[in-house]
Amino acid sequence: MIVIFGIFLLTLLVITAIAIVRSDNLFVAVMLMGIASLLIAANFFLLDAADVALTEAAVGAGISTVLFLGALALTSERERAKSSNRLLSFIVVAAAALILIYATFDKPRFGDPEAPVQTHVAPWYLEKTPEYIDIPNVVTAVLGSFRGYDTLGEVFVVFTAGIGVLFLLGGGKATSTLPEEKINEGLRHHLIPRVVGRILIPFILLFGLYVQFHGEYGPGGGFQAGAIIAAAIILFALLEGEKRALSVLPERVLLGLMACGPLLYGAVGLAGVLLGGNFLDYSVLSSDPVKGQQLGILLIEAGVGITVTGVLLGIFHAFAARGR
Amino acid sequence: MSALLDTLSWVLLTLGGLSVLVGGIGALRMPDLYTRMHAASVTDSLGAILVLGGIMLQAGWSLATIKLIAILLFLLLTSPTSSNALASAALLAGTRPFAEAGQDEEAPK
Amino acid sequence: MELLGLYNYWVFAVLLMIGFYAVVAKPNLVKKLIGLSLFQSAVFLLYITMGKVEGGTAPIFPEAGAAVFSNPLPQVLILTAIVVGISTTALGLGIVVRVKEEYGSIEEHEIQEIDER
Repeated sequence: MIVIFGIFLLTLLVITAIAIVRSDNLFVAVMLMGIASLLIAANFFLLDAADVALTEAAVGAGISTVLFLGALALTSERERAKSSNRLLSFIVVAAAALILIYATFDKPRFGDPEAPVQTHVAPWYLEKTPEYIDIPNVVTAVLGSFRGYDTLGEVFVVFTAGIGVLFLLGGGKATSTLPEEKINEGLRHHLIPRVVGRILIPFILLFGLYVQFHGEYGPGGGFQAGAIIAAAIILFALLEGEKRALSVLPERVLLGLMACGPLLYGAVGLAGVLLGGNFLDYSVLSSDPVKGQQLGILLIEAGVGITVTGVLLGIFHAFAARGR
Repeated sequence: MSALLDTLSWVLLTLGGLSVLVGGIGALRMPDLYTRMHAASVTDSLGAILVLGGIMLQAGWSLATIKLIAILLFLLLTSPTSSNALASAALLAGTRPFAEAGQDEEAPK
Repeated sequence: MELLGLYNYWVFAVLLMIGFYAVVAKPNLVKKLIGLSLFQSAVFLLYITMGKVEGGTAPIFPEAGAAVFSNPLPQVLILTAIVVGISTTALGLGIVVRVKEEYGSIEEHEIQEIDER
């Protein structure tokens, strides 16, 4: 029964994707992308990937829409030209799709517990997590501890993207035609969004903190929490105007957040070395190896959350300040 | 008792599904932006209450029900706000309602 | 019944090619980035579909007893991939904004014309 629900959602996803590509107006395409993100998140949940569904909903449907809208405000809203070579591209794309569909017939049966992907490393992780780390969420255990080095690299990628956007857009040219007060007032004259937003922002921040620290016991963790907290502060910046948002969290603090996240992560790794173990070996952080692992995962998830918050906020302010 | 709860939950879920369907048909068939938003808001308010109410009956008295009540409160608070913000934005951009001029005109951006 | 299971993989193939078509055939730079984003989402769908075990649940140990769990490893990969994807999209959008400021347009052929002058 659930399979039919999944098929329905996937069909809606394909229809939305075709609408995205065919629509002329880029704002419409971005809004449809938000819908496609939510459909994919619902599908991930049906496929038992709770953490991934939460991340896709928070990052894909939330932050991605804001970034695209920010970029569209600085460029044009409509696609002007018709594409060339449409027939040739369509033939190539259709042929590739048919080849891929032909290849899927060789795949193991959907959900087969004996499939090759389920038999080598995954049972080892599922078996050893209660023994070495003893936290309920296996995804966080693998992300934070067993594959901690990959996550360190990924935090550095997020940091690099943040620096890259700040290099490209951080100069701030005064190219806008709107007067200064108009940009800085935000949505102050619109009473209802402002009042409701002010009521909601503390709760969104609280929920972000809950997701951050609850990552070991249920779906959650640093990435989702960073996106949710960044979304709350972006809501504040939209409602109250850029100037007030920058006085609440000045640019130096944002740069500090962006830098301190990877620093915290690397420091935990180095602490492992200094205390006698390997790099990113959390077992030596405390007298009991299991407690050490849990402490290590807590600290690096905090590092990840700080990095994602700082980078997403820095990118948002870079886009928002560009038009001034 | 459990059969009564099950039946009630079925009724609520079906009614919720019907109101979502009505909202969707309205969003497609209505003549201009404001009437479409009015139709789609049925989904957010009545549809959300009925569907979440049906699920709450299935969950019984547990932590899941409290989370569902929190979700319902959040939805009831944010959906009308976003409809209001959208309608204000459309009015500021110059979209006039259907009844005013006989056909709505979109001001050039 | 096997075809029902294969539907996920067919949607992956179709979605991949829709995104790829947007990258290849549309001259607008933001549309290309949107297509790339769709392409990435299709790949995420493939990985998570491969990880599902029938009758399994999310890989979170419940309070009591053991259960069948879906594979946690693709989920870890895709979690980081989603965040990396949004980071590179943000960087791409930054480049598009700068291109617009320097050339005045984000349509591919117009930029090429201005470049050749």
